[in-house]
Amino acid sequence: MAKPGIQMPGFLREFGIPRLLIAVFLVVLFAVAVATHMDLRGLISDSIVRVGRNGILVLALLPAIQGGIGLNFGLPLGIICGLVGAVISLNAGVHGIAGVGMAAGIGVALAIPVGAGYGWLLNRTRGQEMMVGTYLGFAIVSMMSVFWLLAPFKNPTLVWAIGGRGLRTTLSLGGIYDKVLDRWLTFTVSGVRVPGGTLVVFGALCFLVWLFFRTRMGITIAAARSSTRFARAAGISDERTRVQATVLSTVLAAIGIVVFSQSYGFVQLYTAPLLMAFPAIACILIGGASVTRATIGHVLVGTFLFQSILTVALPVTSQVIQGDISETARLIIQNGMILYALTRIGRT
Amino acid sequence: MARGLLRHAVPILFAGLCLFGIVVAKITPPFLTSEMLVRMSRNSVLVLSLLIPILAGLGLNFGIVIGAMAGQIGAILIVHWGIPGIGGFALAWIIATPIAIVLGIATGSLFNRAKGREMVSGLIAGFFANGLYQLLFLFAVGSIIPFHSASMVLPQGYGLRNTVDLSTIQYAIDGLIPLRFQMQGVEIRVPLVSYVIIVAFCLVTLWFFRTRLGQQFRAMGQDPHVAAIAGIAVERNRIVATVLSTVLAAWGQLLFLQNIGTLNTYSSHEQVGMFAIAALLVSGATVSRATVGQALLGTVLFHTLFVVSPLAGKALAGDAQIGEYFRVFVAYAVITVALVLHAWQSTRAAHEARKAAR
Amino acid sequence: MTAPSTNPSSALELRSIVKEYEGNRVLKGVSLSVREGEIHALVGENGAGKSTLMNILFGMPVIWETGGYEGEVLLGGAPARFHSPAEAMDAGIGMVHQEFMLLPGFRVAENIKLNREPTRPNPASRVLGPKLESLDVPRMRADARRALDQVGLGIDEWIAVAGLPVGHMQFIEIAREVDKANLKLLIFDEPTAVLTETDAEKLLAIMRGLAAKGHAILFITHRLDEVLAVADRITVLRDGEVVGTPDPKTTTVVRIAELMVGRPAAVTAQRRFFAPTTEPVLGMENLNVDMPGERVEDVTLAVRRGEILGIGGLAGHGKLGIANGIMGLYPGSGRVIFDKALFPLNEPRLALERGLAFVSEDRRGVGLLPEESIELNIALSALEAHGRFLHPFPIQPLRVLDHRAMRAHALEMIRALDIRTTGPSQQVRRLSGGNQQKVCVARAMTLEPRLLFVSEPTRGIDVGAKQRVLEILSALNRDHEVTLVVTSSELAELRAISDRVAIVYRGRIAAVLPPDAPDADFGLAMAGESAKAA
Repeated sequence: MAKPGIQMPGFLREFGIPRLLIAVFLVVLFAVAVATHMDLRGLISDSIVRVGRNGILVLALLPAIQGGIGLNFGLPLGIICGLVGAVISLNAGVHGIAGVGMAAGIGVALAIPVGAGYGWLLNRTRGQEMMVGTYLGFAIVSMMSVFWLLAPFKNPTLVWAIGGRGLRTTLSLGGIYDKVLDRWLTFTVSGVRVPGGTLVVFGALCFLVWLFFRTRMGITIAAARSSTRFARAAGISDERTRVQATVLSTVLAAIGIVVFSQSYGFVQLYTAPLLMAFPAIACILIGGASVTRATIGHVLVGTFLFQSILTVALPVTSQVIQGDISETARLIIQNGMILYALTRIGRT
Repeated sequence: MARGLLRHAVPILFAGLCLFGIVVAKITPPFLTSEMLVRMSRNSVLVLSLLIPILAGLGLNFGIVIGAMAGQIGAILIVHWGIPGIGGFALAWIIATPIAIVLGIATGSLFNRAKGREMVSGLIAGFFANGLYQLLFLFAVGSIIPFHSASMVLPQGYGLRNTVDLSTIQYAIDGLIPLRFQMQGVEIRVPLVSYVIIVAFCLVTLWFFRTRLGQQFRAMGQDPHVAAIAGIAVERNRIVATVLSTVLAAWGQLLFLQNIGTLNTYSSHEQVGMFAIAALLVSGATVSRATVGQALLGTVLFHTLFVVSPLAGKALAGDAQIGEYFRVFVAYAVITVALVLHAWQSTRAAHEARKAAR
Repeated sequence: MTAPSTNPSSALELRSIVKEYEGNRVLKGVSLSVREGEIHALVGENGAGKSTLMNILFGMPVIWETGGYEGEVLLGGAPARFHSPAEAMDAGIGMVHQEFMLLPGFRVAENIKLNREPTRPNPASRVLGPKLESLDVPRMRADARRALDQVGLGIDEWIAVAGLPVGHMQFIEIAREVDKANLKLLIFDEPTAVLTETDAEKLLAIMRGLAAKGHAILFITHRLDEVLAVADRITVLRDGEVVGTPDPKTTTVVRIAELMVGRPAAVTAQRRFFAPTTEPVLGMENLNVDMPGERVEDVTLAVRRGEILGIGGLAGHGKLGIANGIMGLYPGSGRVIFDKALFPLNEPRLALERGLAFVSEDRRGVGLLPEESIELNIALSALEAHGRFLHPFPIQPLRVLDHRAMRAHALEMIRALDIRTTGPSQQVRRLSGGNQQKVCVARAMTLEPRLLFVSEPTRGIDVGAKQRVLEILSALNRDHEVTLVVTSSELAELRAISDRVAIVYRGRIAAVLPPDAPDADFGLAMAGESAKAA
């Protein structure tokens, strides 16, 4: 809520008080874990798995920020595209890496027109992108809930056993492409298991996004974000660059959910994607991004910090108290971070 | 005529949708009447709580969830103390008010730090407050805060159960003056005193619009810069508007709960903002313009759809679940369309103002 | 209504007002006074310090956020120091703004009585405070009616402001100020800028009437003929200093214009012995540009190959609109020929591709990406328009930046233009104004243009850097044979570097003069007098 007006030393203010609190919190959690002789390797391993699982969804926010859209609360649009791709590939019964590839491919193919339409809409609702994105996402997710119920998928592993119509809420990927990327290239470093394949895919996409913002198109997108008037003087249509950025963000979200699902082992339908944008946004903000500027470093640092807290908080606190405090902690950290960012817009 | 139709396109479309649902689901007038009487009495105050921030230019106050939480704190305490009936309800109301004021000041200050992004800030602030609320009632109550009503606390000795039984204050207001009537052989109960309270709130809101402060809010809503130049304390007034809205939401939530009779400790408040806002918007109200009449009309239309759509879903597709998903979709879609139209119009208005200035 | 006292006392007195913004002195000890019953005109170019003075008088937050001011303000003889517009208004300062401060959705009377509404107490207000008193609509209307009658506006006081003609709005603003019971000083900030000539005359008449009733009026304007028509006294401001208080009875428009613009040359002339070709490289016929505040109307002008053409004129008359229009930044119409071919307007990209370049007057907004590095700022336009500094790749838009080539070019430019920086990767916003301007010029040079527009090249940069920037421009013209069109508010500087100087008045070319023409000719042209004389 309202932050007290205490004057902080400059270096602290630069780092950001919330970020500092989160880092300290994580250190404390790990200290407790060590003190209580918990399986530290297991915790680190779990953290890394979750970084790989969520990383691309966080990365998807970067083009939107760099393109001047701000925080892309409309991430569920891309997620839905990826889910449709996943369901189609499952319905066709494609297994293994090929299945993941098919899911991602269909997701991307859908995400391009969806992202273009979404970008077009955002151009007409400037200044309210966050609100429009949030509710457009909500609306599409709930519309798709009706679709999942009515969709003409017939594969008995996907539809409800009773009645034979309507997709199940959660589709298990066991034996289809459950953790195919996680297992591919898995290796162990001093007892810490690392899901190599997923990290390779995440790393490759990070590199490609980094490279993209060094191409002519990427530079143009970032320049238009920096100054609309500058862009117009240089003959750049910032409407176009914003659409390009939105498409890229939506496409990455579609890939992101496919990678997420294979790592998680389940495809979650219906209301599951509703709130997925918020933790991803919290990640990139915790990493140090602002509403107007983000880097690959922010994506990596933020995903690691936030996902580690979520991984470690539950086992550590459950030694002391019953009940899942990590969900409560997630709500407070995630939304506190977003609120903090919202109050910082326009200040330097 | 055509213009009028266009202007009222949203409520007309919605009424058509409701009517369609009523026909296909073969809903009887007594059923609909009794459902609507109850739902209106429950939800109207929550919808009314949105009007003042709109007047003051803050847009749709997604932060009324926070007010609802304040109301619930009051309800939980009186159940804990075991104070029943109208007395208990009144005490809950009295406890909730200062809490709502404090939370309203906090929310209002937040809005001042996030000008132009009040709506998204209110939405996120609601999620954030929900986290704090969970921390309070799921972990602090019974461990840090002494709280020993065995029936309310989880077996582990701390944290509230998922539901709190409010039967001691159920119908404390609704049933104060019992009124029933027969309709096609069905007995229908009218929560008379609740309606008196709703009418009173409507009148107070209308009166407020005509006070000096109301005029200041209206000026701020049109152009905060001009208002500030005229000497209006814009920032302070924005906090006042948020406080009024939060307090009204707390009261509205209590009125809602005394009708329902149970509190879902961790979820009763979550959807309050979305449903109230969607209800207001289906009347044709916008982010920057809403009247008392629209609040009431919207509540009727939206809750008709709410009652009708699962039944219609069942009649049409043999599945009530479809109707339930559909009404959630409608709620979100209505809000989305209103937000898009608002943003679209304001960018166009800015564009035209620039043109006109030449 | 304030009755004029026997001793015509000062309604407002300013004593040695000094104001700095981040070390930049924008007011250097300004003193002036306004007596009751008089109209005191304050004139000066944009950037002369008028707005800052008004912000101080009106207690605008921007003054206090930047460290306050020195000197004394006396209102009605009593010292005053306003920390908010509300305080200034309560003390009796009324302001008629350049931009209308009216709420379009409010009725006329509601606007006039905004935040000063007459009210009636009610039971709730007795408990909760006067803010909850009910509006007394009949009295609001009556008050508004009286004020409207005073300014001679016969419209219904209960209709909405939205949709009223622009002229009416200005009079409603005045009515609002006149309605204030404790009004001590009335400030008119460019009130005629948006009015038609008839409305402007009506407004001047009302101002005279208000003064006759004893009101003290401070009148800020660019329109010098209006000053002479109504002012009792005149103060001319230039670069934050009072440079003259000519008597309106004896002075002329030309004399005031000279005072406003005639600053001592900050630069030494770089006279060249130029053999002007008569071959036009850029021809404008009936050019109109819709740039707010700098409209261009029906300009016909030819730029000769190889020359430096200066464009001068007072602020708001449209000199800046010409370059912005040709470059496609504001909607333009008319016939433009560049290099013997018809040149498309409203196409910024094509303008760059055809070999034009522009160093904008709006350095921070249009000219630079402040958050980005020097090297990227220099390379960006050429990268966009000509695809330079990119590694080869079959798909054009996906060609990757050639960082080494960009760096090498930036280093070359930094050396050639003497940009003072810690290195090519430094953020541009950390540079001084002069060095930022050099980065802008460097970017324009990187485009290798055949014709370069430079607007306000020396605005907001220190004296030493001014000289350097002008030298760079001259060298560009001399050594690289780039035709230059330089637009500037600083006449002296234009005359120092140009081969010809065109003066713009009310959107039109008033005269094209040789740089060594007499001062009086320039003064006349800027005041639009030569057009009338001719």
